Amino acid sequence: MLFDHYDPLKKEMFGVLDKDGKITNKDFEPDIDDDTLVHMYKTMVLARIADVKALQYQRQGRMLTFAPVQGQEACQIGPMAASAKSDWLVPAFREAAAMLYKGVSLKQAYLYWFGNERGSRYDDDVNVMPINVPIGSQVNHAAGIAYAAKLKKSGEAVITYIGDGGTSHGEFHEGVNFGAVYSVPMVTIIQNNQYAISTPRELATKAKTLAQKASSYGIPGIQVDGNDVLAMYEATKVALERAKNGDGPTLIEAVTYRLGPHTTSDDPSIYRKETEVEEWREKDPITRFKKYLSNRKLWNKDKEEKLQEETKKFVTNTFKEVEKTGQYGVDDVYDYNYETMPDDLKAQKEAYLAYLKESEGE
Amino acid sequence: MAKLTLLGAINNALDQQLEKDKNVVVYGEDAGFEGGVFRVTKGLQKKHGKDRVFDTPISEAAILGSAVGMAANGLRPIPEIQFSGFMFPGYNQIAVHIARMRNRSRGKYPMPIVVRMPYGGGVRALEHHSESLETLFAHIPGLKLVIPATPYDAKGLLTAAIKDNDPVIYFEPKKIYRAFKQEVPEEEYEVPIGKARIVKEGSDLTVVSWGAMLHETQKAIKDLGDDYSIELIDLRTIAPMDTKTVIESVKKTGRFMVVHEAVKTLGIGSELISRVNEGAFFHLEAQPTRVTAPDITVPLPKGEHHHIVDAKRIAHEIKKLAHFE
Repeated sequence: MLFDHYDPLKKEMFGVLDKDGKITNKDFEPDIDDDTLVHMYKTMVLARIADVKALQYQRQGRMLTFAPVQGQEACQIGPMAASAKSDWLVPAFREAAAMLYKGVSLKQAYLYWFGNERGSRYDDDVNVMPINVPIGSQVNHAAGIAYAAKLKKSGEAVITYIGDGGTSHGEFHEGVNFGAVYSVPMVTIIQNNQYAISTPRELATKAKTLAQKASSYGIPGIQVDGNDVLAMYEATKVALERAKNGDGPTLIEAVTYRLGPHTTSDDPSIYRKETEVEEWREKDPITRFKKYLSNRKLWNKDKEEKLQEETKKFVTNTFKEVEKTGQYGVDDVYDYNYETMPDDLKAQKEAYLAYLKESEGE
Repeated sequence: MAKLTLLGAINNALDQQLEKDKNVVVYGEDAGFEGGVFRVTKGLQKKHGKDRVFDTPISEAAILGSAVGMAANGLRPIPEIQFSGFMFPGYNQIAVHIARMRNRSRGKYPMPIVVRMPYGGGVRALEHHSESLETLFAHIPGLKLVIPATPYDAKGLLTAAIKDNDPVIYFEPKKIYRAFKQEVPEEEYEVPIGKARIVKEGSDLTVVSWGAMLHETQKAIKDLGDDYSIELIDLRTIAPMDTKTVIESVKKTGRFMVVHEAVKTLGIGSELISRVNEGAFFHLEAQPTRVTAPDITVPLPKGEHHHIVDAKRIAHEIKKLAHFE
């Protein structure tokens, strides 16, 4: 089994692709069909371009602060490609690439960061939980979704994400432990992007790796090159198979890097050196995957140019659409806290509507 | 019909809903095998299986956070917190997720969760076993909070809570878990959430209470005899509050008192008085009165009688309010 070959306590990291897109680990190269490989790549590019454009919109004051995903596309697209449509994604707040792959539309993703909850109302057949802001708390949600899947014998598994910083949180411990105790179908992916805002990974835990924490829950843990989309795919695929066989949860540490700021309100130059960022740019997950696809004759310069052009146009048009349709009415404010609005709240809403009417022209 | 204690009525409602709806699950610390430290869930695991009635690690955040996930994936979870004073590690999940997920997802993920927790004092317990924390839940939009004072209401309110598609915090007044028995129908029935009950009609003064304190108030009224015509209201639901029943009563009596176990400042009494002022201001003949615990930490048992109000104190305050001119 894959996990037996990589001991997190010895800092043995699983990878299959090198920086030039060459396979270095033939034994574990995943068997993915050509269409899926290309779709994975296209979604990574979409996530990257959407991110770059969103940064511009935010700087122009047209979008709220948001959490950029740049640099972490591989540890999101690999696992999502390995999952079934019915498997769940329980994100933290930096999983735009994963969400796009699972069927959240770019319009919805943008609408959320535009400041409208409608952006978290995904289509009915999309098993994705809304963006989760309080650190670590989503892991318990994942454990519960997985518990329900097991009880109902639905065959679904759950993938949840957390950051390196999030592993310091009690909810991470409680959630992973809860899932392990009941052997629920759950995969927890730690995106170790090296920093919790400004706090380096070394100040999060004294443990050598985050993956080794798995052993204290009695579940497998593996450290994976998080910028290697094929390795992330393979590790998740094996973890999902275990989950669906009733063997319980797995912990995957994806070693990656946040190329951008924590959020648009953050200035990373305060706490990290540009040379460090440059080193990680060399390991850009999209470039590596593109080289792999080119080596396999699945991708070329013409296709790249066309994709870049079409994606930019799509992203620009989508944001225009969001600006046009993303406004908020009084009903949007009041109508979603309860299935049936309590009388008190009805009275508060009526009073506000009356105020709006009375104050017209004031 | 069977004569049941409040505890027995809760067990009966859980048993019935586990039987009727395969999506209902009941779990918490010691809630499975041994049936909970108070034995509220006794016998349920044996009858409904270890997957639907189960023990958990001592992890309040996981108990309540997993409920969010279970609800999102189609279950109707009924997590138990062993004592309300221990809910704080899980309060994060209640306040930031259980209360908000419907709104956040614009209705895609409603949260049909009932969080049960024993609350209140008077049982000679250690620290953190005696609090009344109504305000901490009533203040959070998206939550409902109910507190039964009788076996009949315990079953009816719990049944309504389980069938509700929104989250309900269900406080169990542990002091009266086994205090008395009442006829409780075998068949399923609901006591509507958001409706107070007029326990006793009267014309001189309105008293609102709930939980174990309702019984102290009843005792006070009985001790006062026929000299006072007191209207007693069991609020039953703290959120959303049945303002109408309270206002109608105060319009009739002109005098208002609230009795609760929780500390005074920003207790539910504060909200009730604000509503009385808004809705019956010109009918008031005396300043509204709060009979509550003082703003101090619940003392250990040797000092608890100075904290919780009793029938004697309530009777004393009723007399003062009734005679105010």
